[in-house]
Amino acid sequence: MSASNIEELSNFQLDALREIGNIGAGNAATALATLLSDRVNMSVPILNIIDIKDVAHILGGPENPVVGILMTMSRDINGIIMLVFEEKFLNVVIRTLLNKDIDGLNNLSELDRSVFMEVGNIMASNYLNALSQMTGLEIQITPPDLCADMAGAIMSVPASIFGMTGDKVLIIQEDFIGEERITSHLIMIPNLKSLNTILKKLGA
Amino acid sequence: MGDLLTVGIADMKIGVGDDILITYALGSCIGTCLYDSTKKIIGLSHILLADSKVCSNDNNIYKFANTAIKELVRQMVIHGANTSRLVAKIAGGANMFKNSTLKIGENNTRAVINELKELGIEIFASDIGEDYGRTMECHASDGKVLIKSINKENLIL
Repeated sequence: MSASNIEELSNFQLDALREIGNIGAGNAATALATLLSDRVNMSVPILNIIDIKDVAHILGGPENPVVGILMTMSRDINGIIMLVFEEKFLNVVIRTLLNKDIDGLNNLSELDRSVFMEVGNIMASNYLNALSQMTGLEIQITPPDLCADMAGAIMSVPASIFGMTGDKVLIIQEDFIGEERITSHLIMIPNLKSLNTILKKLGA
Repeated sequence: MGDLLTVGIADMKIGVGDDILITYALGSCIGTCLYDSTKKIIGLSHILLADSKVCSNDNNIYKFANTAIKELVRQMVIHGANTSRLVAKIAGGANMFKNSTLKIGENNTRAVINELKELGIEIFASDIGEDYGRTMECHASDGKVLIKSINKENLIL
């Protein structure tokens, strides 16, 4: 059955989305582990459907500084995919790859920004590869775009896209656990037509 | 002492006396603050999108520029404000991701400006656009609006 907004998804459909989230995030974690030359475990992904007005609260409060990496999906699936990293995560990445610390999120160098965009790109690509293999759908993504700012301001982008069709946002939250527990959030937002395409391909 | 009232996304509040209205981390969203200085009544709306007519779900009138601002004016008048005395201060409408083709901030800005023009409300001050988030704090006692950003000095509108 086609859903006309996120709130109408059945439990079975949510389970199907959770399962692709799980497999996709597994791929993304493997990619991250390769990149960091570290064992990276991951938590069971949490599929959150939350009120638009509460989106910023899951990321440590609306004014918490975070980095968002945004890519646009096209071909068989249209929408956006975004990774949100907190400062601790970014520091682990930079320390591992460049052997230095970052000097706060408002002082990122061009190199720091490139590294984060590439990490976002690799994780999103691995995530979508899993989805693509399971569904046979072809998905292309644009080069990544980065924004370091307040969590609430960054989340206004997915919130406004979800806001066109409903009052809820669908977020897959994933903890990647290496030497330290580092949390990242992967937010995949297919448009409603694409969401229904995915569910149909999964037989849900 | 007045209250500190938080305005969420797709939400609005009205304050009087020494109340302070605050909305956190406006990105592409727009905060519209209306003030009647004679009655010291202040209102703040936080819209997410420009136009309810192009969205399949339009049941929250606080979410859209074309429905929220009219409603804010209506509620402020019920509280004793006079429409002809209202002045507006607006903030937000940023384009958070530079290369993004989603022009949500720009669309929102255009819609809010049009709406205020239609209602005959003057825009007294604004801090709009660019690529960063803003927290907006509105004081009922004097109509002062404080804008806070991560990378910038505080700004008073």
